[in-house]
Amino acid sequence: MREELKIDNDQATKEMLESEEYKYGFTTDVDQEIFPKGLNEDIVRKISAKKNEPKWLLDFRLNAYKRWLRMEDPDWAKLNIDKIDYNEMSYYASPKKAPDSLDDIDPEILETYDKLGIPLEEQKMLEGVAVDAVFDSVSLVTTFKDKLAELGIIFCSFSEAVKDHEALVKKYLGKVIPANDNYFAALNAAVFTDGSFVYVPKGVRCPMELSTYFRINAENTGQFERTLIIADEGSYVSYLEGCTAPKRSESQLHAACVELLAHDDATIKYSTIQNWYPGDKNGKGGIYNFVTKRGNCVGKNSRISWTQVETGSAITWKYPSCILTGDNSVGEFYSVALTNNWQQADTGTKMIHLGKNTKSTIVSKGISAGQGQNTYRGLVKVGENAKDARNYTQCDSILIGDKCGAHTFPYIEIKNPSAKLEHEATTSKVGEDQIFYCQQRGMNEEDALSLIVNGFCKEVFKELPFEFAVEAERLLSVSLEGSVG
Amino acid sequence: MLEIIDLHANIEDKEILKGLTLKINKGEVHSIMGPNGSGKSTLASILAGKEDYEITKGDILFNGESIMEMAPEERAQEGIFLAFQYPIEIPGVTNSYFLREALNSIRKSKGDKPLKPVEFVKIAKEKIKDLKMDESLLNRSLNEGFSGGEKKRNEILQMSILNPCMSILDETDSGLDIDALQIVANGVNANRGDDKSFLVITHYQRLLNYIVPDFVHVLIEGRIVKSGDKSLALELESKGYSWLEN
Repeated sequence: MREELKIDNDQATKEMLESEEYKYGFTTDVDQEIFPKGLNEDIVRKISAKKNEPKWLLDFRLNAYKRWLRMEDPDWAKLNIDKIDYNEMSYYASPKKAPDSLDDIDPEILETYDKLGIPLEEQKMLEGVAVDAVFDSVSLVTTFKDKLAELGIIFCSFSEAVKDHEALVKKYLGKVIPANDNYFAALNAAVFTDGSFVYVPKGVRCPMELSTYFRINAENTGQFERTLIIADEGSYVSYLEGCTAPKRSESQLHAACVELLAHDDATIKYSTIQNWYPGDKNGKGGIYNFVTKRGNCVGKNSRISWTQVETGSAITWKYPSCILTGDNSVGEFYSVALTNNWQQADTGTKMIHLGKNTKSTIVSKGISAGQGQNTYRGLVKVGENAKDARNYTQCDSILIGDKCGAHTFPYIEIKNPSAKLEHEATTSKVGEDQIFYCQQRGMNEEDALSLIVNGFCKEVFKELPFEFAVEAERLLSVSLEGSVG
Repeated sequence: MLEIIDLHANIEDKEILKGLTLKINKGEVHSIMGPNGSGKSTLASILAGKEDYEITKGDILFNGESIMEMAPEERAQEGIFLAFQYPIEIPGVTNSYFLREALNSIRKSKGDKPLKPVEFVKIAKEKIKDLKMDESLLNRSLNEGFSGGEKKRNEILQMSILNPCMSILDETDSGLDIDALQIVANGVNANRGDDKSFLVITHYQRLLNYIVPDFVHVLIEGRIVKSGDKSLALELESKGYSWLEN
């Protein structure tokens, strides 16, 4: 009987997770310009030429490409990955008609974004959210740009930033993540195509959520975007990215770089809802998501906060990190990672304490179902001069069924004896008792499971901007928890 | 309302219930007493539909229909409520949210519209006031960090809000001090009515001073060996169970 119940639970889980079929798996039929497959110096030059880039940027790319050639792909993550053939994909895809304004965008593409729930016409948009829409290798449009410009805030595509704000880009590009930082960062530095650029000037509090919506559409194409966010003294910005891709039986590569830089008293909140196509039930297809994200709290009293909800991708390799350079700076990492079917995730963070009185918080929630493998990998490093550094780490894993796995690899390196670190970790199974308790109160197994998983993720969802918390909860097929009182 | 007929049940090949028969009519309060290991909690779990048990013989009728094939949530939706001996913790889920989900699941099964958060909170607050409990109970994570007494009181609050017609209390009194016991008993008494029945499982006669049963049954080794009125409970209190064992 016990065995039967377990199977029933698995069945309910399966139905819950499967019933939420990947809704974004459609493709858009649009005239595209796609570079021939393969990666060589010529392709790197072509990408740069396509964007009319200045020489220093081409040199940055070529330098990165040369370094990349000498590097080897990392194998230390707890991931089972088929060898990637970097010559079997294309590095640039763009709709042929380059839009000058919203009116010029191919109606097919506008419809795509409508279907994704991200209407690009400003009157239809969520109030208080500005969007940069990146379709394969190019940014299509950035909304509310003029309104933001009145406050001196720059929010545009990376390509535009190179044209219009070259000095800023040159000053900051590659400063937080050097071109040769790691294999995927070097690849990105060589072939990155588009992404978002944000600059918030001194003392300005950005009045709306800035967001970038990444969409992979073209087949056999990698997406390599680059995002750079700079918050000047005393400024505040909250930024969110969302990602989807069509259903395909071939895996596709996504290797992004995100650099954040916070000056004195500045705050950057960066949230991700990653819902790339995860592959089918048998583990066929899905996005390979290799992402380097890092923020540097260069200024005193600065703060960088990463929140991520990772439900998509066949493979996720991602460690959004904070370098706490400025005294009294604060780094935060809040993460929910869900792996189902054959998905694998190796994700976590690095908190590098360099300044005095620096503080970091890590809250990681891993959910494993099906044959999913979920790994938390985190480093807390306290440098010699980082007097009175503090870290709090909490890693919780929850297992649904008995074929999945949860793994935790916390690394700690302390060079200053005044450091205070706390680490808590739990692993639990969704209890039959918990499900039975909910059922006895009238809920079916699916609802019970949603309720339990939602509760498990609550600490992280609380960190998301409200509109996106709703999306995240829906993604875990759970309804919003009502406010009481 | 509830009729248990010659129920035999095993757990891991060990027979726990050995032919239990019991009939509870509308509006009646029955109490089951018995020594440890006699099968009291097993009976409660089986009535609620827990699948850890193998039922080898017998039947359970609820309002004249067999519920043997019904899932736990279907039984709950029909109006069977179990106050757990050890209430379960669900971290991150507030009591209020949990109860609203539960109540709305039951409403949905009856074709009623779900209650909005505001509507629900109004009802919940009224019940909390009636039960002389603290409003903060609603906003806390379900049973997480609750004291033993708070958990038991919370079970009674859930019972009041879900408004079942057949409530089973599985040793709800164990571990309660006298004040908490009174709150629990008041909760049950406030819910008594012509169309509501109770099955109160307890070790101690003490609870029955506050919840006065219509019938008392003694369960020993999986069978009801003696039934009587509330005076039987007093007799057990002074004489123990040994005089009833063979």
